[in-house]
Amino acid sequence: MLVTDSEQLRDFIRAKADLYGRDRSGLMPILQAVQERYSRITDLAMQEIADLLDIHPVEVYGVVSFYSFLDCEPKGRFIIRLCRTISCEMLGKERVARQIENDLGVPFGETTDDGLFTLEWANCLGMCDQGPAMLVNDQVFTRVTPEKVQDILEGCRKTFVAHVSQHREEHA
Amino acid sequence: MISYDDHLMTFTSVDADAGLKAALGKKRAEVLSEVEHSGLKGRGGAGFPTSMKWNLCAAATGAEKFVVCNADEGEPGTFKDRVILADYPDLVFAGMTAAAYAIGAIKGILYLRGEYAYLRKHLEGVLARRREANLLGEKIGGKDGFDFDIEIRMGSGAYVCGEETALIESLEGYRGEPRNRPPFPVDTGFQSRPTTVNNVETLAWVTCILAKGAAWFQSIGTEKSKGLKIFSISGDVETPGVYEFPMGITVAELLEKVGGTGAKAVQIGGASGHCIPASQFDRAIAFEDVPTGGSIIVFGPERDMLAVAENFMEFFAEESCGQCTPCREGNEKLLEGIELLKAGCCSMKYLRELCALGETMQLASKCGLGQSSPNAFLSIVENFKDEILGRTPETV
Repeated sequence: MLVTDSEQLRDFIRAKADLYGRDRSGLMPILQAVQERYSRITDLAMQEIADLLDIHPVEVYGVVSFYSFLDCEPKGRFIIRLCRTISCEMLGKERVARQIENDLGVPFGETTDDGLFTLEWANCLGMCDQGPAMLVNDQVFTRVTPEKVQDILEGCRKTFVAHVSQHREEHA
Repeated sequence: MISYDDHLMTFTSVDADAGLKAALGKKRAEVLSEVEHSGLKGRGGAGFPTSMKWNLCAAATGAEKFVVCNADEGEPGTFKDRVILADYPDLVFAGMTAAAYAIGAIKGILYLRGEYAYLRKHLEGVLARRREANLLGEKIGGKDGFDFDIEIRMGSGAYVCGEETALIESLEGYRGEPRNRPPFPVDTGFQSRPTTVNNVETLAWVTCILAKGAAWFQSIGTEKSKGLKIFSISGDVETPGVYEFPMGITVAELLEKVGGTGAKAVQIGGASGHCIPASQFDRAIAFEDVPTGGSIIVFGPERDMLAVAENFMEFFAEESCGQCTPCREGNEKLLEGIELLKAGCCSMKYLRELCALGETMQLASKCGLGQSSPNAFLSIVENFKDEILGRTPETV
């Protein structure tokens, strides 16, 4: 049977709502799960969650728009968050930033054309003794130098290729 | 990850289970009085007496009570809670369990900031192990009628959620906007139930106090600031990292220990704290002098203090939740003022107006974020006028 993307999304959200509870306090974990799985929270997802929790979709939008780790707009497969707070700044985050922009060809706040990387600033990542620090999705990198940037990006690309070929094999 | 075992002597030496066992061997009221006698104050930065929170929560009526551990460590320059959670999670969970026992709570929630998502798996593993060891779950430690478990909830990148009422809003599925107080969380907290919200480090100290006794903790520190404190040290020092020092240590003593002598200023308490110039390095780090949640950022002689102020104000302009006007508009105005100073075209009259605005924000903002966000700006303007006035744009 053909399962459409939107049906799949609905099933995913229902499963998460059953897991975390269909009351308001389940909202954050449900949103976080959708964000993790789909890299964004679409209008359809917000509508579906609102229906399940019996609240207005605008309530859901209000929450999504408040938190910087929840996104309505499509993001890249890898979200790079470079810490811009003072200790990392003193350890040279500006040069790291410039090199990432050079290597990805997009400025901060944007996503690469291939949809692989989104480049964002983060406020203090709590790695102040080992800066400059950055997060790539949930993974943390410390003492990043302009020279190391290329290796980190290559690592992401390799992970992605491995993931895609594994996915193909599973569905072959 | 770097290990700081040799810096954190107490946490390394204390057996978390012994602390919890000691608590469970006492009556609830005895646990409360032990914490009270220790003189422990909140280690997140606000310095509210822990026992007062617990006593109020214990006295509140309600069948369901909650213990929340605030692991939304977002203050710039603070990373001690990350180290404690990674290396000494049992101290924290034992502290939560002891708190639950003392106040009669049935459920605990660890609110972990989204930036620390990589710690979650590790922490879930520790919780599973504690459940197996009957340190969580039903009849904990064989004690009839003491059921308690801990759940981990994630933040999603909002500094303001470190404020306890905003944290509760977030847990309930709302925007992290601080509530009006009163009512306080101790009687009207998570889902309107009595809730005690304690910082990661506070709960770890609770376990140490229960294991080693209130007298030990009480004997360290100053009259108004008892015990030991974990500091997060970064910036221009030889050996950045986390350190355990007694409360009341002077800035100069601390700099000596971390290889930061020769600094021209130290930011104490993170972006929301105060910038202390070298002339005041004899001041004590304690609630009655310079308070801190543990963030110490050291600036060497070459650092541009206006750039420091700019970095902090950019932080607050972005992290203000936007709910109340003094904070939402004030932080933007102060940031604009810094741009003027950078361009060398800020009159003394206007700078005074900005300082007056900062003082208004301290008085009129709804929560601690807006009340403390002008601190860095005001202390840098006060102490480094020579450096920030009359600049020519090229020197920036």
